[in-house]
Amino acid sequence: MRILSDMDGAPVGRRVFLGLAAFGVSGIVWGSKAAGLMERLLAPVAVKDGTGLLGLLPTGRFRIYSVVGRLPHRAPADWRLDVDGLAGAPYAIGYDELLAMPAVELTKDFQCVTGWRVPGVRWKGVRLADVLDRAAPQAGARAVGFESFDGAYTETLTLEEARRDDVIVAYQLDGKPISSAHGGPVRLYVAPMYGYKSLKWLQRITLVATAEPGYWEQQGYDVDAWIGRSNGRSDEPA
Amino acid sequence: MPRPERGDLARFDRTERWLHWANATLVSVLVATGAVLYWGELSSVFGRRAMFREIHVIAGLCLPIPFLLALPGRRGRGLRRDLGVLNRFSADDFAWLRSRGKDPAVRLGKFNPGQKLNSAFVGAALVTMLATGSVLRFFGPFPLAWRTGATFVHDWTALALGLAITGHVWLAVADQDALRGMVSGTVPARWARQKRPRWFEEEAAGVEEISAGAAGS
Repeated sequence: MRILSDMDGAPVGRRVFLGLAAFGVSGIVWGSKAAGLMERLLAPVAVKDGTGLLGLLPTGRFRIYSVVGRLPHRAPADWRLDVDGLAGAPYAIGYDELLAMPAVELTKDFQCVTGWRVPGVRWKGVRLADVLDRAAPQAGARAVGFESFDGAYTETLTLEEARRDDVIVAYQLDGKPISSAHGGPVRLYVAPMYGYKSLKWLQRITLVATAEPGYWEQQGYDVDAWIGRSNGRSDEPA
Repeated sequence: MPRPERGDLARFDRTERWLHWANATLVSVLVATGAVLYWGELSSVFGRRAMFREIHVIAGLCLPIPFLLALPGRRGRGLRRDLGVLNRFSADDFAWLRSRGKDPAVRLGKFNPGQKLNSAFVGAALVTMLATGSVLRFFGPFPLAWRTGATFVHDWTALALGLAITGHVWLAVADQDALRGMVSGTVPARWARQKRPRWFEEEAAGVEEISAGAAGS
């Protein structure tokens, strides 16, 4: 075969290819640190950005996780929340009824334990304390368990945590009904804790004496998930 | 010395063109479904997200297949030779890069150095996307921090790859003769002489000339 003069010269292409591929693939390991740095650098800029262009960048945005392989879905009309367990008056509530309860709004950063943070998310919902009180918790109730209609995701809070004003049963995100991807139609929002505490696709709340660890806690996350004071992280509180 | 100026030169063989368009199809599907997954607004209709995700994962896992089919044996000869050409940067290539393509004394071979760098980048980016995407899809056995790292790299590489692909398509559409090389496999000899003079001379020296020009000259 003829030797092309194209075959002379420095073997740069392969080095560039291998170098970039090694850099990219190794990012699986170093990427979480870089992601945290990037959020901190870009978030303050994005707030002042009038063009909206920064909104297109992969920072300051929600990542959609599901613990089961598919994305669970339930239409508001078919959605129902059971509140039971150590309760004097266990009850079930539909979507419209929940919306008729006194509403609260919270605007806070959403901080994931994996590093990403979405600034200034607007939530609307009902205080979890109000939802619990309606069931008349018995004296023995010390904790609260939450179940998702995906069939796998569970979470827990102590009753004291559950009664905080910044813990809500949420049905609106940034002024719109919560989509399936974001855990709608109704999800928990636990403002002072990492995102995994804010159980998605909420369908059942159970008052208990002691709580079993939830799904992510069984995967190794802390049960007390205070932002900046757990999971070995030092994020700013939301 | 034959000068097939009115003829055509073979630029990419059947295997190379098949690989290019198989890859382009898969990447188009990945870009489209990836955009839907990335911008939640595009997937507001229920159920679609799960479907787009499945398509995205399947197309991604298929990425190596066309390459592995095209590379070996006799049919992969042209491809392997061109990969060798893409690897090598001549003194002219470096001069081209330094002058940002403006140095008139530069005589390019089959590919300009921009194409060489682009192919190295796109190849590495696809490997990166496949590796990080696999961690995102099959996250079970990995530490949770890897999921964050993979997300970070997958997102930013997608952005860079999107820009590279946009530039690639832009330049291809702007140069119809070059585009023809990847569509029908041949380019006008005139184009080769002007834009890839070193390659033109080697071809004209008599190895792979196919010619409409032969009849006319």
